[in-house]
Amino acid sequence: MNAPVTSAEFKKQHLIDPEICIRCNTCEATCPVGAVTHNDANYVVDAEKCNYCMDCIAPCPTGSIDNWRVVTTAYSIDDQFSWNELPTQEDLGEGASDAVQALEADIETLLATAHAGMGGKPVAPASASEPSVNLFRRDKPAIATVQGNFRITAEDTESDVRHVVLGFGDTIFPALEGQSIGIIPPGTRLDGRPHDVRLYSIASARDGEKRNANNVSLTIKRVPGGVGSSYMCDLKPGDKVQVTGPFGATFLMPNDPNAHIIMICTGTGSAPFRAFTERRRRAMPGAGGRMLLFFGARTPQELPYFGPLQKVPDSLLEKHLVFSRVAGERKEYVQDRMRTKIESMARVLGEPTTHIFICGLKGMETCVDEALADICRQTGREWAVLKPDMRASGRYHVETY
Amino acid sequence: MSTIINVDYSTKIPNNVNLADDQRVLKGLEQWHPGYIDWWMTMGPAGFQTTEVYLRTAVSVDPKGWAKFDYIKMPDYRWGILLAHPEDGRKVGFGASKGETAWHEVPGEHRAALRRLIVIQGDTEPASVEQQRHLGATAPSLYDMRNLFQVNVEEGRHLWAMVYLLHKYFGKDGREEAEGLLQRRSGDADKPRMLGAFNEATPDWLSFFMFTFFTDRDGKMQLEALAQSGFDPLSRTCRFMLTEEAHHMFVGETGVSRIIERTCEAMKAAGIDDPYDIARVRSLGVIDLPTLQKKANLHYSLSLDLFGSEISTNAANFYTAGLKGRFQETKIDDDHLLTGAHYPVSKLINGDIKLVDEPALSAINMRLRDDFTKDCQGGVNRWNKVIERSGIKFELKLPHVAFHRLIGEFKDVEASPDGKLLSSDEWKNRGGEWLPSADDGAFIESLMKPCWDRGKFASWIAPPKVGIDNKGGDFEYVRINPA
Repeated sequence: MNAPVTSAEFKKQHLIDPEICIRCNTCEATCPVGAVTHNDANYVVDAEKCNYCMDCIAPCPTGSIDNWRVVTTAYSIDDQFSWNELPTQEDLGEGASDAVQALEADIETLLATAHAGMGGKPVAPASASEPSVNLFRRDKPAIATVQGNFRITAEDTESDVRHVVLGFGDTIFPALEGQSIGIIPPGTRLDGRPHDVRLYSIASARDGEKRNANNVSLTIKRVPGGVGSSYMCDLKPGDKVQVTGPFGATFLMPNDPNAHIIMICTGTGSAPFRAFTERRRRAMPGAGGRMLLFFGARTPQELPYFGPLQKVPDSLLEKHLVFSRVAGERKEYVQDRMRTKIESMARVLGEPTTHIFICGLKGMETCVDEALADICRQTGREWAVLKPDMRASGRYHVETY
Repeated sequence: MSTIINVDYSTKIPNNVNLADDQRVLKGLEQWHPGYIDWWMTMGPAGFQTTEVYLRTAVSVDPKGWAKFDYIKMPDYRWGILLAHPEDGRKVGFGASKGETAWHEVPGEHRAALRRLIVIQGDTEPASVEQQRHLGATAPSLYDMRNLFQVNVEEGRHLWAMVYLLHKYFGKDGREEAEGLLQRRSGDADKPRMLGAFNEATPDWLSFFMFTFFTDRDGKMQLEALAQSGFDPLSRTCRFMLTEEAHHMFVGETGVSRIIERTCEAMKAAGIDDPYDIARVRSLGVIDLPTLQKKANLHYSLSLDLFGSEISTNAANFYTAGLKGRFQETKIDDDHLLTGAHYPVSKLINGDIKLVDEPALSAINMRLRDDFTKDCQGGVNRWNKVIERSGIKFELKLPHVAFHRLIGEFKDVEASPDGKLLSSDEWKNRGGEWLPSADDGAFIESLMKPCWDRGKFASWIAPPKVGIDNKGGDFEYVRINPA
């Protein structure tokens, strides 16, 4: 089991709120590793034993069980026995802020790297649903069954991108748009250790790829020689896959139908935006907020979901599909197109309900950032002021790899 | 592996006991089902049968699958038969058969005793639904109304759980008993429910909260004792029921706690420090603390009666037979036979109340009752913390076990809440100080006005600290006015 640390210094500790707990013993009876214990005063969680399996969370009748503190030194059982109320979260500085994303060290590292482009602490959109994280872990993965694996780029291109659908059967796997799941490739590395968990953004809405089918879809590009992507791209219907997660607690779809959502992506970075679009289509018909998509690829043939995207009505999604390698045409990147749509962008950028999401290759970050700065400048705003404000209010998100 | 043990929805009755392959029981339960729905429609929550309520339904007994929340009309609630996972190689944990493999069929010699235990437990479940059926009309908030209905549908499911055992393991007798559970009525002079406290009225929300705190806690202790049973299906049923029962404990404890919080807050705001300045406190539209004490006295003493006689040969036999254990039996460090052991019991000796060592086997009820008292005391301590935080000088106390008893050692004497024996004249003069009077009841009744605006709470109760399913303050827990 990976230690639930975000760095060598920080640890996320599971605690029970003594003011709300009614000492019903349900958590102690449920805990599979005996981490919950009690004295006459309080029920407490032993930080040495708790493995973050979350089995105790749903059965708790009060909600008192669902409390967490990021700590450098865990509160002891005796500390907890003596409490009349929970201690406040210590201020541990910026470094501790990501601790709530996943609870597993390797996943934390992946997410922290993916969010590095934000230049500050990620905050979930105010209207986002409360995400479940870490319901399934490496030592206790969910087993999904492959329901489909479709190539979504043209056969004659180098770029082999797959739409893979995983069904969870009777296993409850609640995942929100914007969250990721982990895949454990079977087998071991050359050194005999198990493969690292691969993280993929979910491309389907929270109620499933197919409504209420309890499945998710992923968008996966085959990387030559890549263990994880080759495994995923070669899956056949009926194959079983070990899944961890869900992960991610900040890059989440705003539920507010009046939220304007600007989505900027390349390649498989489109996955969460497919989920966002589908969510809005299903759950918020006639939503007041606009959705803008800037989506870059080399050619239409290599742009994932090119065909299906053509059918999405403009009233739901304003689409800007841009290509950098179409013979005989000028190279165009997402930032170039953004600059030509100053009017569209300006209309929404200043609004307090506008959210920006950037997802794709690391290389796009700087260019997109510069484009946003340009657009702001030309419309009398200052990106250097707007960006931290949007970030702090959960309206600016970057997930790049 | 976290895959969930399948709950089969293909039959009319959701279950994880493979009913589809057990045609005899399936048929029996399908025949019982219309009678149950009929009972629910006539004796279940009055006036809200077509209302959508945000309820939790168990879809599996796994930690991750059993708390699914959604809007549902109560008659459409998926009452199912859910047993906790079997424990590999489970053994009988106590009594003469200790160490034997737990029984998966009813041992012939214990058939009558087991049926009796199951019927008594089963009878309490519909009884409380009947007692509470009119409360929806005066709910102090949508949040509280939803909690009431959640308790109600789960009591209904607990009835199903017991009826399943009767149908599955007790043949024709069992089916007749299952019918009987639908025929008796709480408070009915001709066909009352089997236990006294389940024939008392639950006229108002304070009574409801006190009932769920004290009387449902008796249910919890009984389930805890039955969860130890060597009869494995009973044990597994009760183990899963306990998870639901915890919600009922929660409703009771936090309900009273929120009343206390509101009272203290209103007193402080009005500059009242004296909790006995009852008229002034009541004029604030909140329930005074001495009245809460009286209600606690009443419900605690009625609930003690549910544990039966202090010394009971039946209880000893149930224990020795391996049918009904002690609270947290597996955590007790002794021989689990109790043949030579003793247990201290409060008794009346020459006009004095004394602790007397009795054979532990015959004092099994007493021990469970002591565990109940300890469990209650924990909750009362937490109530007192709320009072303490407000700075008001008042402490709620559990009355002595001799106070206001109708069953057992003290049924023929009168005692004060602090355990002083009283003459009948003294009791006549002073009993009203300790038990709610008609006036107290009328005052509480006067506060019972529905408060059904989203996020609003009646004057006499504070909002909860956390919503159900982490929902925000103005969440519409019950759709009173469907869109």
